Amino acid sequence: MNDIAYFKDQFEQLQEADPKGTIAGLRQSGFDSFSKAGVPTFHDEDWKYTNVSSLFDKEYPIAGLSGVTLADVDAVRLPGSELANELVFVNGRFVAGLSNIRSGISDLIVLPLEVAATGAYKDLVAAQLDHSSNYLSDGIHALNTSFICGGVFIHVLKGKEPKHPVYFYHILDTRQHPSLAQPRSLVLVDESSRLQLTETYATLGPSDSFNNQVMEIVVKENAFVEYYKIQNDTANASQVNTTHIRQIGRSYVHTVTLTLNGAIVRNNMNLVLDANGNETHLYGLYLLKGKSHADNHTLIDNLKPNCFSNQLYKGIADDASTAVFNGRIMVQPDAQKTNAYQSNKNILLSDNATINTKPQLEIFADDVKCSHGCTVGQLDEEALFYLRARGIPKESAEVLLLEAFAADIVEQIKPEVLRSYVAKLIYEHLAIQ
Amino acid sequence: MLSVKNIHANIDGREILKGINLDIKPGEVHAIMGPNGSGKSTLASVLAGRDEYEVTEGNVSFLGKDLLGLSTEDRAREGLFLAFQYPVEIPGVSTTNFIKAAVNEKRKYLGQEPLDAVSFLKMMKEKMALVEIDQRLLSRSINEGFSGGEKKRNEVFQMAMLEPKLAIMDETDSGLDIDALRIVAKGINKLRNPDRAVLLITHYQRLLDYIQPDYVHVLYNGRIVKSGTKELALELEEKGYDFITDEVDLTADQ
Repeated sequence: MNDIAYFKDQFEQLQEADPKGTIAGLRQSGFDSFSKAGVPTFHDEDWKYTNVSSLFDKEYPIAGLSGVTLADVDAVRLPGSELANELVFVNGRFVAGLSNIRSGISDLIVLPLEVAATGAYKDLVAAQLDHSSNYLSDGIHALNTSFICGGVFIHVLKGKEPKHPVYFYHILDTRQHPSLAQPRSLVLVDESSRLQLTETYATLGPSDSFNNQVMEIVVKENAFVEYYKIQNDTANASQVNTTHIRQIGRSYVHTVTLTLNGAIVRNNMNLVLDANGNETHLYGLYLLKGKSHADNHTLIDNLKPNCFSNQLYKGIADDASTAVFNGRIMVQPDAQKTNAYQSNKNILLSDNATINTKPQLEIFADDVKCSHGCTVGQLDEEALFYLRARGIPKESAEVLLLEAFAADIVEQIKPEVLRSYVAKLIYEHLAIQ
Repeated sequence: MLSVKNIHANIDGREILKGINLDIKPGEVHAIMGPNGSGKSTLASVLAGRDEYEVTEGNVSFLGKDLLGLSTEDRAREGLFLAFQYPVEIPGVSTTNFIKAAVNEKRKYLGQEPLDAVSFLKMMKEKMALVEIDQRLLSRSINEGFSGGEKKRNEVFQMAMLEPKLAIMDETDSGLDIDALRIVAKGINKLRNPDRAVLLITHYQRLLDYIQPDYVHVLYNGRIVKSGTKELALELEEKGYDFITDEVDLTADQ
């Protein structure tokens, strides 16, 4: 497949339908970048261990009306959904008719991105949308920008702490043909407000899906953001999943990324610390089996002084799976008194599994504290024997130890309903041999 | 109950046990003493089923079953308990959940229904009082950050919960101060009963001041070289191991 020519027709159709304004302009620059950069190969340092060519060797009919019903949505709802703002995306596009917005407009505003870009939020969208392209110059990110359509804009209003959390359900319908979804969202968490946001993914049908997602979150002074990503999709589901968070006022961000299943999963978690005294916690857990490939790229760009960041990513690779962790920390010249910690811990359960882990520190300030560490090990034989010597069968003992390894990440999921749900998912995932 | 016949065992091709014979009947307390490197802990490991040890000769029958043919977990579920010399710290696994799993695995093996939450808690409370262990320890991860004494007390608590037929205490006294030793010994004594046998493995006689054995065996160089009653332990304390090992070495030389 000639990647660029293939997408050109679809891109031009989209532009013709909606030729003006901020979004059309962004799409054009996105497509220009995509045409120039193309699909990344292993020659690109950032894509050295993740081969995405298989995602571009098939045809994805342009996302059209899909037969996704409320019953399909019911099957993917997360616990706590009855109290959540549920945003449903089908093949990458927001479907208001399947969604439930429970918060009032004095707390939280949800708009189609196109509406936000032309109405009262026009200037804001123009100023903030696609900031992520300053950090991600690869063709896949540009491809998402080329096809911005059907995304959402969310605004958590100043001083508000909506009691309904926000859930994103990304449904990819592959019952007829492969599906390429390119959801795009922009979230503004205003001063002294609070947002809890969780995303999950479900591919319906036997064909391959590719979710090329970009979410940008702008966090203002004194705001508090919890962000959870639960990736437990089918073995034919792939993702390139970018979360680009900018803390432009002194604020607090806490994220947990959980990857259990999928074909190729690439997560870009970018944190731009653009205010004095930001605090950021990034957690990740990947428990891979079969041929799953999960690549977590984190980037923390410290632009201002006195920021604190802590990263802990843990993973288990079994069967013929592959895990990649690349943790990049940049400390810019102004970012004195930065505290940045990073740790990546892995357990390798099979001779055929692979783990690639790489810290990447680029420090241009002289008064900083940065640390990083990574480990790759096996299950502790002594602990295994201890459990077995108490009558716990080997398989159960292994599950107990793996659950224990995962526990300190699971604990970082603050809402109890989600934490116990994830703990159960993990137990079931580990217990199935 | 336990009948060990001519056990030889290797680790990494090196023979550590060179023909051990031992018979233990229900209700009896046996002590195995010996200098460092004599094979005491190897014997405990072989009985509990540690993989690294290879039994090259001999057999062990436990309650009429071929012990060496059973997996580690099945040995435990048949009623064999090993109190570890160095109890393992397992962060992230709660002690209570672990013990509950162990108790219920054993019940399942014996064809019994799992204990419901209420009965389990009741049993926990009873046994906690028996071995004088603090509830706070049990709500933590297994042995994580426990002091030496707390770890050993936790071993005795697990023994109380699992109600074994045979408990092997591997150097339970090591690393304990005298107060901790007293509490741990008291717990073990309370768990003595006519159906339960105990095998104490120790370097020092002092544990035997608190737990009176019926028989004392001296292990040296992979063999039991002398057996007797508790007076043998006192004699060892007084004269040191040399008085036996010299004799054995002399015999071997001739």
